[in-house]
Amino acid sequence: MPEALVFYAFAALAIGASLLVIGQRNPMYSVLLLIASFGALSGLYIQLDAPFVAVAQIIIYAGAIMVLFLFVVMLLNASREDGATWDRSHPIPSTRLGKVGALLAALLVVQLGWALSQLGGRSVPVGSRVDGERLGSVLELGRVLFTRHTFAFEATSILILVAMVGAVVLARREGEA
Amino acid sequence: MIPLGHYLIVSAVLFAIGTTGVFLRRNLITILLSIEIMLNAVNLSFVAFGRAAGDMDGQIITFFVMTVAAAEAAVGLALIIALFRHRESLNPDAFTSLKW
Amino acid sequence: MLALIPLFPLAGFVVNATLGRRLSKGVSGGLASLAMLASFGVSAVAVWQLAGMAPEARTVEQVLYTWIASGDLQIEAAFRLDQLSAVMILVVTGIGSLIHIYSTAYMHEETDGEFARYFSYLNLFAAFMLVLVLGASFPLMFVGWEGVGLCSYLLIGFWFRKRSASDAGKKAFIVNRVGDYAFILGMLSVFAQFGTLDFEAVAAAVAALPPEAGFGAISLAALLLFIGATGKSAQIPLYTWLPDAMEGPTPVSALIHAATMVTAGVYMIGRNAVLFSHAPDTMSIVAVIGAATALMAGTIGLVQNDIKRVLAYSTVSQLGYMFLAMGVGAFGAGIFHLYTHAFFKALLFLGSGAVIHALHGEQDLRNMGGLKKELPITYWTFLIGAVAIAGVPGLSGFFSKDEILFETFVEGHRVLWFVGMLTALLTATYMFRLVYLTFHGERRHDGPGGGHLHDAPPAMALVLIVLAVGSVAAGWIGIPHAVGGHNRLHTWLEPAFEAPGEREPEAGALATAGAQAGVEAEGAGAEAGEASHEALEVALMGVSSAVALSGIAFAWFVWIRRRQVADNMVRELPALHRLLLNKYYVDELYDAAIVQPIKVASEEGLWRWFDVRVIDGAVNGTGAVVDAGASLLRRLQTGSVRSYASSLLVGVLLILGYYLWR
Repeated sequence: MPEALVFYAFAALAIGASLLVIGQRNPMYSVLLLIASFGALSGLYIQLDAPFVAVAQIIIYAGAIMVLFLFVVMLLNASREDGATWDRSHPIPSTRLGKVGALLAALLVVQLGWALSQLGGRSVPVGSRVDGERLGSVLELGRVLFTRHTFAFEATSILILVAMVGAVVLARREGEA
Repeated sequence: MIPLGHYLIVSAVLFAIGTTGVFLRRNLITILLSIEIMLNAVNLSFVAFGRAAGDMDGQIITFFVMTVAAAEAAVGLALIIALFRHRESLNPDAFTSLKW
Repeated sequence: MLALIPLFPLAGFVVNATLGRRLSKGVSGGLASLAMLASFGVSAVAVWQLAGMAPEARTVEQVLYTWIASGDLQIEAAFRLDQLSAVMILVVTGIGSLIHIYSTAYMHEETDGEFARYFSYLNLFAAFMLVLVLGASFPLMFVGWEGVGLCSYLLIGFWFRKRSASDAGKKAFIVNRVGDYAFILGMLSVFAQFGTLDFEAVAAAVAALPPEAGFGAISLAALLLFIGATGKSAQIPLYTWLPDAMEGPTPVSALIHAATMVTAGVYMIGRNAVLFSHAPDTMSIVAVIGAATALMAGTIGLVQNDIKRVLAYSTVSQLGYMFLAMGVGAFGAGIFHLYTHAFFKALLFLGSGAVIHALHGEQDLRNMGGLKKELPITYWTFLIGAVAIAGVPGLSGFFSKDEILFETFVEGHRVLWFVGMLTALLTATYMFRLVYLTFHGERRHDGPGGGHLHDAPPAMALVLIVLAVGSVAAGWIGIPHAVGGHNRLHTWLEPAFEAPGEREPEAGALATAGAQAGVEAEGAGAEAGEASHEALEVALMGVSSAVALSGIAFAWFVWIRRRQVADNMVRELPALHRLLLNKYYVDELYDAAIVQPIKVASEEGLWRWFDVRVIDGAVNGTGAVVDAGASLLRRLQTGSVRSYASSLLVGVLLILGYYLWR
């Protein structure tokens, strides 16, 4: 019972915060709300016997990425949305595009829901610690990561290097060294 | 015991929210945030499935997704900064010169 | 050694073609003539050796290499010398040498480069002709066949800057091509039936079969080959190129269009005598076409005003005689006439060349006359040639033409015999019309340079005299038994017209038996039949002699005695005269029926419609389609990121839906 309660609480928080994220005018508020959403997700991860992932979520996502977003928002002084002129010659008007997008998203939910209904009612043995000690532990994660997925691991490091270089280059001012 | 489906529904809803956000908002930063929401939704799915299958693969994938998301966010924000410098606007509709 | 015979002129060609421009006329002309004389020498030696062999096995073969080895098709590049090709090579190299010598004087006014080019072509022609004659199989003969066609084109159009000359060259080549097409089909037909293209092998295979009753596969093959021969040897329907070929230098007309190339068709039939003998229907066609051509050409030649045109039609007519002979089975007679004709026709052409040379280019009979006194050598040799061709008894033409007519009569073709007689009358008439208008009567020309004319220079005169002697004496090897001769030529040639297995030693034995007089019992019975045979022959000889002499007399009467008669006839029968003068409008007919439709079809049909509309349309259309498609597709490039995102989402939904569906 308590597991269900915890689950619903965290789920509600995550969904609610996300809804607010896309509803806010001020991007600063959006960022902060998203941090809240991430926190909720982290809770869900813990419930799923993934402590490392949960912690990583807080550290990386909420801690690093969102802070980066905040920095950029402050740098660009993007306090509110400004309306740019929509190209008149465009076949689809701007507002309609948004509505079309929302519709498509709804369709997506329907589709996914239908897919889920085909699932056949499997359960996640959440909360039972039968094999919980091994599962999700950092030891286990490390072992699998550095043996079976070594190549991906190394490749990711290069990816990060590329991203770093790219970010520096892209954000440079013209004429700077 | 929480059924797997519950987690998946949450994930699907979050994903849909993210998608809607991409279309609805006219601020580049907010669009990027919506994309982060989508990625997180997917992460949740993976972990849930991994737990249901009983092995570590779900979490491994999540590990990588997070890394990639970080890199992508960094580069994306750099791009936004560069674009902002060019047009003084964060509205995606301001950048339509690459059309027929 | 046989290979040397065509090799000498080929070498001459190579030298003159490459170095000719830098050589003086004496060197290039002398070299070419020397090559021909060397070839003649080797030919004579080869024939001498051949004569020393037994009659039934008189064949010398030289295989050079295996040319084509492809499954069932095995063709070697091989030369074969037998009795028939012996006669041919002597004619080609002998008369060829004489004409080369003549040309050194005739073509003297050309530049060094042009002079050398002429001789290179002439040598090349001789090389190809010899390959044609010596070839042991159809393909090799065809190589020569095509090669002489090429050289004919080159030489007819020698003065290519003159429009009529280059047109005539093209006409000759194209008309020949039509015949060549039929020839190739004939070759394929032979191969399909007998699996081989070697002459001896084909003859042996055919000899094993009975003669065809009706028109069958063998007759078809023979007919196709004969059509090829009509192209090369200017018979109906492919003769129209020969009169136009007179645009070429006169020695070329003498060599190619009188003595050698045009006889290739006759030779080809002789070479395939066994094949043709087994196709009676085709033989009939050959004989009829030969006779018809002879008569038709004779009538046209009667009214022509160009000295070379008359001779050209005369050639067509005499070739008709040769084909008539081949068609009735008298192969030996046909070759005999080929041989004598080479002499007197070459003589007549070269004589006309001397006249043209003396008159500095005048060729119209109406502007000649009275040249008898001023060009004596030319006149007398020309006269001898005319007498020979008319068939006056004692000279070569008489014996050969008579043998043809006799054989025709004896084989039962009375109508054809009559046509032949009629043509003989015409031949005598138009020939002497030519003589009288050119040499007799008052002088109707001014003459270049104030009147004094040069007779033939030494080189030309020598050749004319040699040919004149030949025209008289050449026929003596074919004097029939009926008047006391031994007809050695016939005896010599006969084994060549039979399949290798069937040649019996009896042919030679009869000759020796005659000398020994030992087999008299057999001889007595045979002689009784022979006697009536011979009496008939003598009687027919008498008839043809009378015809020839009356033709000459008629010509003398009309064109010497009472010139008004000729003019009256022209005035009273203008339509007939015009018909003959315009060669029965055959060229115009061909133009309207064949050339123009092809031209229109090509221009309107193939070019304007197919090429422009269909092919260009397809190509341009492809471009237009791509262009339209691109115009349509580029509207996707909206430039708006959000619309791109929506497209992405739609795609995701579709793919997801597809997988869920499955």
